[in-house]
Amino acid sequence: MSEIPVLKIGDCLLVSIQVDMHDRLAMALQDDLTNRIVSDRARGVMIDISALEIVDSFIGRMLNNIAAMSRVLDAVTVVVGMRPAVAITLVELGLSLTGVRTALNVDKGLALIRQAIDDPGDALGRREG
Amino acid sequence: MTVGTSDDVVRVRQAVRARAVEAGFGIVDQTKLVTAASEIARNTVDYGGGGTLRIEIVREGARRGVQLTFCDNGPGIADIKTAMTDGYTTGGGLGLGLSGAKRLSNEFSIESAPGKGTTVALARWKL
Amino acid sequence: MSKHAMIIPQLLAENAPALLREWMEAQKKSGALRSGQITEAELADDSRRLLAALRDGAATGQFEDIAASIWDQSRAVLEDVSRSRAMLGLLPAETATFVFSLKEPLFALLRQKIGKDPDRLAEEIWRATLLLDKLGLYTVETFQKTREEIISRQQQELLELSTPVVRLWNGILALPLIGTLDSSRTQIVMENLLEEIVSSSAEIAIIDITGVPTVDTLVAQHLIKTVAAARLMGADCIISGIRPQIAQTIVHLGLELGVVSKATMADAFALALRRLGKAVVERASERREI
Repeated sequence: MSEIPVLKIGDCLLVSIQVDMHDRLAMALQDDLTNRIVSDRARGVMIDISALEIVDSFIGRMLNNIAAMSRVLDAVTVVVGMRPAVAITLVELGLSLTGVRTALNVDKGLALIRQAIDDPGDALGRREG
Repeated sequence: MTVGTSDDVVRVRQAVRARAVEAGFGIVDQTKLVTAASEIARNTVDYGGGGTLRIEIVREGARRGVQLTFCDNGPGIADIKTAMTDGYTTGGGLGLGLSGAKRLSNEFSIESAPGKGTTVALARWKL
Repeated sequence: MSKHAMIIPQLLAENAPALLREWMEAQKKSGALRSGQITEAELADDSRRLLAALRDGAATGQFEDIAASIWDQSRAVLEDVSRSRAMLGLLPAETATFVFSLKEPLFALLRQKIGKDPDRLAEEIWRATLLLDKLGLYTVETFQKTREEIISRQQQELLELSTPVVRLWNGILALPLIGTLDSSRTQIVMENLLEEIVSSSAEIAIIDITGVPTVDTLVAQHLIKTVAAARLMGADCIISGIRPQIAQTIVHLGLELGVVSKATMADAFALALRRLGKAVVERASERREI
């Protein structure tokens, strides 16, 4: 069980990353989420990174992994709340979040998940990071 | 400071951030520098077997900057050029560590040879 | 190097009032007060301070390196004078003259004291000239620096004035770019846009470049990066106002904007509304002839 709390909202899982994560924590989160998607039959995973001041390639990989695993489990992953400085840095870093949809905040994120679940033909999503 | 464990990577980020603020960097420059530091710190821990970091505030005329020097006595990199290409990774990462850090820095240099360890120096300036 | 004892430190120490008087006369004669922006009292004060600092600095007899700490005070006085003159909009020449005009009374004093010994006189005059020349140049440098600081501050203010981000509608932002875009300006503008996207939760940002005369590779790259960053955050951009020439340049440079672009902001706005699922309708009744 990772130290980062995972909440359930309807058929969605919400994770809010507040702390500067070290590697073990990130791994634990990945495992935890994967387990919860199955056990809670979640259709959507929302990761709130509005408190993250830094997203490096390691965190990027974690997000991509989570997205890949949830896709296999037929769930949609949305990352919300990315800070402008982080976004600018990621573009400069050359990191692309494949398979990860993004939204400005939790509300819009939930709407995006709803839309993606209700319209599965839109498999790759209108917008990917 | 020592960079030996993944907890140290977090401490590196905090320390670099503090110095960047001290040097008067704006939020974007801070983020770019700290992210670059995070990348190299991770490399130092994961591939270099642990090492050290020196953080310095540097001055050149009117402008100020922060210089980071990472040293390790690990196995070293045989082919630096290949190591610096995007996507190249020996450890299952995204392969963006070195090349990414270079893109985020104003100055970047790397010295490494098999058996001789690795030294990466990077700097970011505030205009 | 010198066979004789230095006399300048002593001269400065012992003859300060007389020297000050002579120097003020020389300055007034050369028109230092003509512009009316400096009062005689202010000039006298500046001159007195410099003389005192010079006296202290000269005490060691080291005249070559004005960066040395013994000359800190003199440099500080000159920086102060330079800065205030620059703020008043005076010419750098006037500030340098402030220093150079000390030569005349100083040389007169030297001639008076050691005129009988031409070798020694020549040496002291040379030494004094060296020092005053360096200090005079220093004032010009400081002057330039102050002017540059003023200019860059004005540029900053201009920047902030000329690139506001506009909230066109709920969830739609517009950024009308005006004028030439240099690298640093573009970065600041783009950062502002992204911050505004967060604070107004705007899903669509219209970047209008009608007012941008040329788009080169660097500017285009900045645009592309901004669009990519916005997308990472969860917003979309539409670029509007692409003139035919700019379109040609972009194709010519082989750039892929990677974003929808429209000719006019109006078109972009219409598209944004559609994307957000909104429409503008004409209201049926309420049209009365007057």
